[in-house]
Amino acid sequence: MNKALEHYLLRLADTALTQSQRLAEWCGHGPFLEEDIALTNVALDLLGHAKLLYEQAAEISDRDVSADDLAFLRDVDAFKNPLLTELPRGDFAYTTLKQYFLDQFNVLLYAALKDSQYEPLAEIATKALKETRYHLTRSRDWCLRLSLSTDEAKQKIQAALDDLYFYTPELFETDDDLNQLIAESIMPDLSVLKEHWQEQVDELLNECQLQVPKSGWVATGGLRGEHSEHLGYMLADMQFLQRAYPGCEW
Amino acid sequence: MYSQGLQDAKGGPEPEALLKAFQKRIDNEEKIEPRDWMPEAYRKTLIRQMSQHAHSEIVGQLPEGNWITRAPTLKRKMILLAKVQDEAGHGLYIYSATETLGITREEMTRQLLSGEAKYSSIFNYPTPSWADMGAIGWLVDGAAIMNQVPLCRASYGPYARSMIRICKEESFHQRQGYDIMTVLARGSEAQKKMAQDALNRTWWPALMMFGPSDKDSKHSAQSMKWKIKRFSNDDLRQKFVDVTVPQAEHLGLTIPDEDLKWNEETGHYDFGEIDWDEFINVIKGNGPCNKERLAARQNAHDEGQWVRKAADVYQQNQQDAA
Repeated sequence: MNKALEHYLLRLADTALTQSQRLAEWCGHGPFLEEDIALTNVALDLLGHAKLLYEQAAEISDRDVSADDLAFLRDVDAFKNPLLTELPRGDFAYTTLKQYFLDQFNVLLYAALKDSQYEPLAEIATKALKETRYHLTRSRDWCLRLSLSTDEAKQKIQAALDDLYFYTPELFETDDDLNQLIAESIMPDLSVLKEHWQEQVDELLNECQLQVPKSGWVATGGLRGEHSEHLGYMLADMQFLQRAYPGCEW
Repeated sequence: MYSQGLQDAKGGPEPEALLKAFQKRIDNEEKIEPRDWMPEAYRKTLIRQMSQHAHSEIVGQLPEGNWITRAPTLKRKMILLAKVQDEAGHGLYIYSATETLGITREEMTRQLLSGEAKYSSIFNYPTPSWADMGAIGWLVDGAAIMNQVPLCRASYGPYARSMIRICKEESFHQRQGYDIMTVLARGSEAQKKMAQDALNRTWWPALMMFGPSDKDSKHSAQSMKWKIKRFSNDDLRQKFVDVTVPQAEHLGLTIPDEDLKWNEETGHYDFGEIDWDEFINVIKGNGPCNKERLAARQNAHDEGQWVRKAADVYQQNQQDAA
């Protein structure tokens, strides 16, 4: 079970870390001061979740690794985040919609993981859920604001939807390890989660009067370590010091 | 007479009786509040100083923001992100406090972007290595604390109150910077070199943060009288040197000043002459990163334009519908 569990903890941790890393790029560059602070708040919360999840993964790992080793010393093919979270930060509409899709997913996921049979994960989920609910309120409000205000904002969020929509099915992908954890009630059945997610998303997109794109490339691969070109650059940046000065304390 | 030459908003002389009563309140350590009468020059001095302070917090996000995505551990990344966010928060408090003097944040932002308003020249220096995160926290935030602790007693109430909260956070910032330096100074040879190089880069610009020498400081005397300022630039600079030299010794790092030595007679460290030409040049806009810093602010402002507009229009639509 440990191998499957470590795999899933890394899936969750890598997702939180890559999303946080992209949001953190906004720090000092937000559209106005209050929003600069809010984006950084979300980035900090996600980084906190990532840290807890990596620590748990390190603890149960057969290998002698720390949370930092997992974040800073694995290459692209070992990262398990969905491709959605490694996409560039884009403009504010792109960041907002990406965040909304993930927040809507995380709220449902962490609400279910609170009841996980694996106690450490249930504890992390309980903490993360509180923060994620706030994130969802915020990103949902911004989707409405951008969609129902000016033509320019509406065009930008529609363009973001066209680009991002087919990255979302990957959030619900499973593999043998995850299916085992689902069977053991360690994590929820993601196909059930997907139905709830789709209802909520359809409702919001409808309220926003946005058009769901008809077709596009459906992203896949993160769980297997198959990523877009973007992740390599993100890791080159993020892991620079650990790679350039191996074995140091910081 | 202290009031000589003070002019009201229309350029006429300030009423003598009001000026006297105002100064008396200041002398009695009473706080001046937004609705109170105040001389126009007091208002202008505060707007200049407080907006410069707020701009410094905002521009100051950039040199450290430069390392957020590259911080070496999860813990360091969290601390740095939180610290840079604190700076945005400080900017927000101080802009809000400055707005009580009758200027809008939009106007202050315009003044920053047009170059009319200044910000601390320290942020026009680059941060090429991780150790600069340590040096900035230790020295730049250390110097800021020296400057800002007396401002907690500034005569203008909203400024003083915002500074009390800011100083608490700054002292955490300073400690985290010193902690980064401590780890580097005890680390590998490459890390020690990184730390020493960052100290070499930051030392003189940090000393310049206290402003021109007292003999050249054009705003000082009046600000002292109004208790916006409590200590002279040179006194604060000396205090900073006296506190910091033993800290550098403790780290095993060398302060880049051959003239630095303990003076038994004065009980202070003597130190070398600051390169005032460099100081003036950087303030004029000719520092290594002036153009980049302002361009980054301008870019964030321009790219945020449609977002701010969308938020306004949405709010208006909601109000119209209600």
